[in-house]
Amino acid sequence: MSEGTPLFRGYEIVVGLEVHTQLLTKSKMFCRCENRFGAPPNTLVCPVCLAHPGSLPVLNVQAVRLGVRAGLAAGCTVNPVSVFERKHYFYPDLPKGYQISQYAHPLLSGGSLRVRTGAGERFIRIHRMHLEEDAGKNLHAGIPDKSHVDLNRAGVPLLEIVSEPDIRSPDEAVDYLKRLRQLLRATRVSDGNMEEGSFRCDINLSVRRPGAPYGTRVEIKNVNSFRFVHKAMLFEIDRQIDAIEAGEPIRQETRLFDPASGTTKPMRSKEEALDYRYFPDPDLPPLRVDMAMVEEERLAMPELPERRVARFVETMGLTLSDAETIVGEEALAAYFEEGVSLLHDHPATKGEKGRDRWISFVLSEVLREFNLRGEEVLGGATAPSATVPLIGKVLSGDLSFSQAKEVYHTAVEEKVDPLEIVSRQNLAQISGEGELVALVEAVLAENPVEVESYRKGKDRLFAFFVGGVMKKSRGKANPEKVGEILRAKLGSPSP
Amino acid sequence: MKNPFFVSVADFARGRDEGRFTLEEVTAYFLDRTRLLSGEIHACLSVNDNAINRARQLDNRLRGEKPPSPLTGYPLMIKDNLEVRDMPTTCASRILEGYRSLRTATAVSRLLSLGTIILGKTNLDEFAMGSSTENSAFGPTRNPWDPSRVPGGSSGGSAAAVAAGLAPLSLGSDTGGSIRQPAAFCGVIGVKPTYGRISRSGLVAFASSLDQIGPFAVEAEDALEALVAMSGADPLDMTTEGRDPEEMRRDFTQTSLSGLRLGIPAALFGEGLDNSIRERLADVRKGLSSDGVREEEIELAHAAMGINVYYVLATSEAASNLCRFDGVRYGFRAAGSANLREMYEETRDKGFGLEVKRRILLGTFALSAGYQEAFYRKARKVQALIRQEFLDAFSRCDVIMTPTSPTPAFSFGEKTGDPLSMYLSDIYTITANLAGLPALSVPAGVDADGLPVGVHLIGPPWSEGRLLAVAREISRRWPMPLPRVHATHGTIPGGKRGEEK
Repeated sequence: MSEGTPLFRGYEIVVGLEVHTQLLTKSKMFCRCENRFGAPPNTLVCPVCLAHPGSLPVLNVQAVRLGVRAGLAAGCTVNPVSVFERKHYFYPDLPKGYQISQYAHPLLSGGSLRVRTGAGERFIRIHRMHLEEDAGKNLHAGIPDKSHVDLNRAGVPLLEIVSEPDIRSPDEAVDYLKRLRQLLRATRVSDGNMEEGSFRCDINLSVRRPGAPYGTRVEIKNVNSFRFVHKAMLFEIDRQIDAIEAGEPIRQETRLFDPASGTTKPMRSKEEALDYRYFPDPDLPPLRVDMAMVEEERLAMPELPERRVARFVETMGLTLSDAETIVGEEALAAYFEEGVSLLHDHPATKGEKGRDRWISFVLSEVLREFNLRGEEVLGGATAPSATVPLIGKVLSGDLSFSQAKEVYHTAVEEKVDPLEIVSRQNLAQISGEGELVALVEAVLAENPVEVESYRKGKDRLFAFFVGGVMKKSRGKANPEKVGEILRAKLGSPSP
Repeated sequence: MKNPFFVSVADFARGRDEGRFTLEEVTAYFLDRTRLLSGEIHACLSVNDNAINRARQLDNRLRGEKPPSPLTGYPLMIKDNLEVRDMPTTCASRILEGYRSLRTATAVSRLLSLGTIILGKTNLDEFAMGSSTENSAFGPTRNPWDPSRVPGGSSGGSAAAVAAGLAPLSLGSDTGGSIRQPAAFCGVIGVKPTYGRISRSGLVAFASSLDQIGPFAVEAEDALEALVAMSGADPLDMTTEGRDPEEMRRDFTQTSLSGLRLGIPAALFGEGLDNSIRERLADVRKGLSSDGVREEEIELAHAAMGINVYYVLATSEAASNLCRFDGVRYGFRAAGSANLREMYEETRDKGFGLEVKRRILLGTFALSAGYQEAFYRKARKVQALIRQEFLDAFSRCDVIMTPTSPTPAFSFGEKTGDPLSMYLSDIYTITANLAGLPALSVPAGVDADGLPVGVHLIGPPWSEGRLLAVAREISRRWPMPLPRVHATHGTIPGGKRGEEK
C-alpha cells in the first residue's frame, strides 16, 4: 500500500468484508415456502426446508436473476456455469446438516465499489458473489433449560458478497457497506434491513507494519449496524496491536462483537474442526445462466446511485455531499426529482432560483421529516405536487421562506395540503411597498443610536434592522424587499 | 409368484372388467397371504389398514365408470424407503421409528392416480445399504425359495413379496444393484431405469447420483406397465429428464431379436463366478443366438474398478444425505443427554445400525480435507471413464449381458462377517448405476439346488423397452417353477378360487 494508507499506532490494517444479504424473492431458495420476515415460528416451512427424508431441492430462478442483477450493478462478471456445493456441519438451525452454497465455482466474479472517505476516494475490489440458502434461527434468550429452533428462515435465498482485503480503515469499511447496501436497495435486490437480518456483515481484519507481510486474520461475525462495525474494528485493531507489542501471537479465530462492552470476544465454537467437506450437490445440475436473462437485466438496470449522484452534481449544481445525501435514500431521490420536473411547470419556480430553493427545502425540511417519520411524508398531502406550489409562493414573494417552513411542518403533522394551511392562517407575506416602508421607518425611528452607529461604519447592524422589521411584522415581512428599502433609507455607511 | 386370479396386468384388467373377481376380493387375498407368511418370510414391515376400504371404493366407482388404466385396482407393495403419506417410512432403521410421511413420493403418486392399491411397505437393508436385507433393524426377510437363505438386498422385502405371491407387483430402489440382485435371488424380473427416468422425490436418498426407483414383477409386460406409469419429468426433482415414457412401450413391442447385437464382456465371466451360473448363462446365450441374436465381444477395461469407485462415491453421498437424521426435527431422539453434542452422538449411535455407521465413516473420510482429492475426486474421474467405455461399447452392440450375481442366494450369516465379500456381490450390477444406464435382471430357471439364476442385461440410455423385450424372450424360454413357499403355503383354503392357475 502506498502513501496515504492510514496508520493506527504505526500499523496498517488489512480488512476484507463478507456481506450476506437476503434476496427479495417471493419464495425460498429451494422450495416454495414464502420468504417473509416476522411470521409465527415454524409456519413458513415444508418437507424440503425441514429436510424431511425423501425431499429434494428445486432452484428458485428468481434468486439467480437477482444475484445476476446485483453482480452487473457492481461490475462483476457473470460466470456462465456455476456449481452448487454442500457445506457440512451439525447445528439445530441447519436442517439438512449441510448448507447448499457455492464454493469452487461461484455465480459472479470480480467487480468493485468506489468508496469515499475524508481521506479521499478509492476502489474496493469485489472477489466474488455467490448464492446460498440461509439457516434457521436458534433462540436461547429467556428460555430456561431449552433452546428453541425457528426454521422460517431456513432456506431463504442469500447472496454472499466477498470483498478483496482492500479496505484500510474503519471509515472505508463503513462507507463500503453503506454503498453496497444502497446499491442493493436501488436495484431492488434486497431491502438491506440490518435490524431484520437481511444485510449481515462479517469483518476479516489483520494488522501489519507498513511493508511487512500480512498478519494473522481474525474474523468478527455478524456485526449488525454500521456504528458497531466501526466500534468493533477500532477495538479489534487495538487488541491485535496490544497483543503484537506484548509479543503474543494473534490466534486465527472467530469473534463476536459485544455492543454492551464495546469489545470483541471469542465465539463459543460451533464445531472444532472446520472441515466442511464441500462437494458438488448431486441433486442440482450445474447452473447454466441464461444469457438472454443477463442481457435483459443489463438493459433494465435502473440508474445506479453513482451515476445519479454524478448527474445531480453536473446538471443540478448540487454539491457532492448533498447529492449523496439525497441519492442515499431511493424514495427521497425520487421525491426530489419529481419536484425538479414540477418546478418547470410553475412560472414562479422555473429557473435556477426555483431549483436552489427546492434543493435547500428538500435538504433541510423534507429530510428532517423523512428521518423522523419515514417515507409517508413524501406522499399524500405533502407530495411534490403540493410542496412545489408552496415553494412557488416563496419565490413569488407571497410567503417568506421561514413561513413556508413552518407551514410545511404543520402540513406534515396534520397530513393536510400546505396551501390549505396558508389560506387558513391567512399567512400572506407582507410585500407591499407601502406597508414595508412604514415598518422600516418605524424601526429606524425607534433605534436612533443604532442608526447613527451604522452610518458611522458599523455595518453589522444592518441585520439588526432587518431583524427588527421581521419581529415587528411577526415574520411576515418579505426580507429581501425589506433589505432593499433599508439600504435606500440608510444609505451606505461611511466611516 | 402366482395368485388364483390373474397371471399378468393384462389378464387382471380383463378379469376386473369382466367381473370375474372384485378388487376387494383380490386385495383381501393378498393381505391374508401376507399375514400368513409374515413369520416365515417377513417381507412386510407395515400393512396398509386402508387397503380394503380403497378397494371397496374402487369397486363402487368402477360400476359406473370405465377404469382409467389396466393398473386400476392393481395391488402392489412399496419398499419402506419410499414415502407414502400418513404411512410409516422407517427405511428399516430405528432412527425413523414412529415417523409418518407428510407426503407421497411422486412415482408412487403417479401409480396411485391410476387407481393402484398399496398393500404395505416392505423390508430392506437399513437405508438401502446392503445386499441381503440382513441389515434391517427389524429382522431379515427370508428367501421364498429357501428360507435359510437371504432374498438379496437391499430391496429384499419387495423381491420376496412378489416371489412368494404376496403381491403381483412391487417397487424397490437400486443404487448399486439393490433391485436387480434380489430379483435374481428371488427369481423375478427387477428393473433399474436410466438415471433421470423416474423422479426420486419421496425416495429417501442414499446416493443421490446413483439411486433409481424400479419395479419387481413376474412378467416383463407388467414391469413395463409400471415403468411407463411412473416415468417422466418431475418439477420436484431437478435430476429428472422429460423423456417420453411411451417410447419404452413402442420399443418393447417393436424390438426384434433377429440381428440384435449382444455385447459380452469376457473379463466379467472369469474368476469368482459360480459354475452353475456360468453354465446357465452359456445356455441362455445359445438360445438367444438361435433366435438370431449376434454376439459381440466387448471390453470394459475399467469396469473392474467399479466396486472401488462405487464405495467411495456412494458412501460419500450417503454420509452427506444422512446428516439430516440428527434427532432434532423428527424420528428418534436419544433421551437424557447433557448437551447438544451428546444428543447428536447418542441419537445417531443408537439410531443407526452397524453397516450404516460403517458407510457414514467411509464417506466422511473420502470427502474430508486432505483425502477428497485422492478419493472422492479420483473416483469421479474413473466413473467418467467407466461411463464412456459403456457408451463406446454401445456403438458396437445393442444390449450387454452379464450374470446378475456371482452366486445364487447365499445363506444367512454367510457374508455378514466380512463386509468386503458382501460388497463384492454387487460386482456386476454396480457399473450400470455408475454409468446411469438402464439395466434389469431376468430369471432363467433354477440351478441344481433349486435356486434361481439371474441374467443381467444393460442397455444404452433410455432403452428399457428393448431390454424388457429381450427379458420377455428369456422368460419364455426359461419358465420358472414355483418357489418352495408356494408348496408349503398354497392359496388360502376356503378361498373363493382355491385352484392355482
